[in-house]
Amino acid sequence: MKRIKVGLGTCGISAGGELVYNKFKDELLKHSVTAELSETGCNGMCYEEVLVEIEWENKSFLYSKVTVDRVGKIIKEHILNNNPVEKWIIKSDTISKEESFLKDQQRIVLRNCGEINPAVIKEYIAIGGYDAIQKVLQDFSREEVIDTIMKSGLRGRGGGGFSTGMKWRFTFNTQADKKYVICNADEGDPGAFMDRSILEGDPHAVLEGMMIAAFAIGADEGYIYVRAEYPLAIKRLKIAIAQCYEKGFLGKKIFNSNFNLEIKIKEGAGAFVCGEETALMASIEGKRGVPRLRPPFPAVSGLWGKPTNINNVETFANVPWIILNGWEKYDSLGTENSKGTKVFALAGKIKKSGLVEVPMGMTINEVIFGIGGGIKEDKKFKAVQMGGPSGGCIPASLGELKIDYDEITSTGAIMGSGGLIVLDETTCMVDLAKYFLNFTQNESCGKCTFCRLGTKRMLEILERITAGEGKEGDIELLEDLSDKIKSASLCGLGQTAPNPVLTTLKYFREEYEAHIREKKCPAHNCNALIEYDISEIYCKGCGLCVKTCPTGAITGKKKEVHFINQGLCTKCGKCFDVCNLDAVIKN
Amino acid sequence: MFELNNLNEKKEIHNFKIDLINKYGQKGSLISLLQSAQDSYGCIPENVIEYISELEGTPVADIYGVITFYSQFRLKPLGKNIIRICEGTACHVNGAKTVLQELEEQLGVTVNETSEDGTFTLLSVACLGCCSLAPVMMINNETFGNLTTSKLQKTLKNFRSKTTSEIK
Repeated sequence: MKRIKVGLGTCGISAGGELVYNKFKDELLKHSVTAELSETGCNGMCYEEVLVEIEWENKSFLYSKVTVDRVGKIIKEHILNNNPVEKWIIKSDTISKEESFLKDQQRIVLRNCGEINPAVIKEYIAIGGYDAIQKVLQDFSREEVIDTIMKSGLRGRGGGGFSTGMKWRFTFNTQADKKYVICNADEGDPGAFMDRSILEGDPHAVLEGMMIAAFAIGADEGYIYVRAEYPLAIKRLKIAIAQCYEKGFLGKKIFNSNFNLEIKIKEGAGAFVCGEETALMASIEGKRGVPRLRPPFPAVSGLWGKPTNINNVETFANVPWIILNGWEKYDSLGTENSKGTKVFALAGKIKKSGLVEVPMGMTINEVIFGIGGGIKEDKKFKAVQMGGPSGGCIPASLGELKIDYDEITSTGAIMGSGGLIVLDETTCMVDLAKYFLNFTQNESCGKCTFCRLGTKRMLEILERITAGEGKEGDIELLEDLSDKIKSASLCGLGQTAPNPVLTTLKYFREEYEAHIREKKCPAHNCNALIEYDISEIYCKGCGLCVKTCPTGAITGKKKEVHFINQGLCTKCGKCFDVCNLDAVIKN
Repeated sequence: MFELNNLNEKKEIHNFKIDLINKYGQKGSLISLLQSAQDSYGCIPENVIEYISELEGTPVADIYGVITFYSQFRLKPLGKNIIRICEGTACHVNGAKTVLQELEEQLGVTVNETSEDGTFTLLSVACLGCCSLAPVMMINNETFGNLTTSKLQKTLKNFRSKTTSEIK
């Protein structure tokens, strides 16, 4: 039977996936074709959405950039006349237009994303789903499970990078009448969407990972804490959990063993700090999400004072694979201290923006140029931002750096949860640091003085610098404040908040100096430090900019070179955007 | 049971009531109660806070503290249509600032404000997670990507004519 799968992750839906899905439904009915129409998660190629895969007689054809208008032709030519529309196909047994994006990836976490229908448990079971938990319940003791995860070398994928097996062991070792397992799905870093895609594309893998963890540490109750901003992920998780209860995979006496587990979803309410584990637990308890001092660690005293194990979505999604394939296989991937693969969300000034999974140890250049296809509009690669507001900017000169926990940390950035934002020559690093400080300052919970006030002062200094009012001594003041905020904050948010400033100062200090001393923004980004001008060579006097200018600052006769009155110009940039001849220039 | 003086009784308060019954006395349910209250009323009305306080035995001040801590909760209702502009990193480096300026100009409101006629509320979000389409905004549940100022003008114009024709 013919099978048509439409990519309906958030990225697919934003690109019009639901409209395409409905059009297929209508067209199939209209032509009375029997074919199975199904939805699937994101396969990582967000830049090619809407993706539609047609499976027919053991062959698969992946169509990219499908629009409602293209559906009719696909049905007519491919489905009715068995004549695939080759110009729109990017992958089949004879076509491979996206080889460079796919060939160096190794999919463990994303193994089922874009392959199965996440809302149908049968599809997950058919490809070996829930085999790992059965294997564990039949053949493994708790210690053996922990041992396997320890030996695999799996480290926390939420950003901390702590050994997962070790974490499980600590919780296992604590004696208590009740223990909890929590999945941290409060993916808050702007620019990171790995966990969202995993939950949308393969929720059962995460649930199975949680079950294995719960069995290993001796927990009988679990929570998944998901951002409220991820409505689709919540919906798919709810479906998956309900299916598990129905099948008896959750509840009492799971797979006829003595293992019991209940899993509930807790929706976050919009606070970045709740990604920190102690704040997250406070939030589940219904309180303000404010972190507390550790120790005691959650493994000793966590949710409602009981031993609790918290792992990230991606970490859990790795677990069933490790159990089924053995720790040796996982251990063989990656570098000495960073094993396995890592999922990255590629975004920013990159050609192929999407989700990739690569073995640890690949270089930054290999990911950006090999897989990501290089920089948009072939501009110059300037830096890559890793780890979101807690991370930093790694300059292009370090492009040969291997991606693993230790190498990334040595640059001053952090591996983080996997956001990889590519920056080009038009990105101002001072402005970017300001952007992140604005974020952390907004999201600081206010408990620690240095985080609450220090980030505010740092933001003010950065605002001054980008407004052309920077003074000598500002850089030193930023460094001094950074140092104090790092050492006097209780949780990861404050301890890492200065990182974006520190790394940009480390690698792009001259940009700060240019802003302060020469009152220039080398990237031509900071409004207060640039002037718009019209090039006498390129301007043909078409008058488009005159019409667009909201303040009437541009004058000039038709077919003659135009002129900007700097006194009236508000630097909104509209003339720059609208000019087709590149005649408007920034100075 | 509590009275809903200033609210439209016909609104979907059903879910909230069910939630209240299910979660009565359950520990840690405050945030989910507030979420279902907001789903039902569009914001969290004062008398609902008082009612939850009575029910849970939690002081009103504590509940107010929780409401103001989380950015999702609102004490005032929003406009008919909600525009969310993404301020994620990918959007930021791809020119979200210019788009936001244009949006504020077109709507005549700044972030977190509702237009006078109650048609639009403009909100900013940390990241919508559609980084490959940056810069992005959402009008209600529809996402619009790869925005430029001219594309934004067109989108708003289309949306406005669509909503006015629906009213007619």
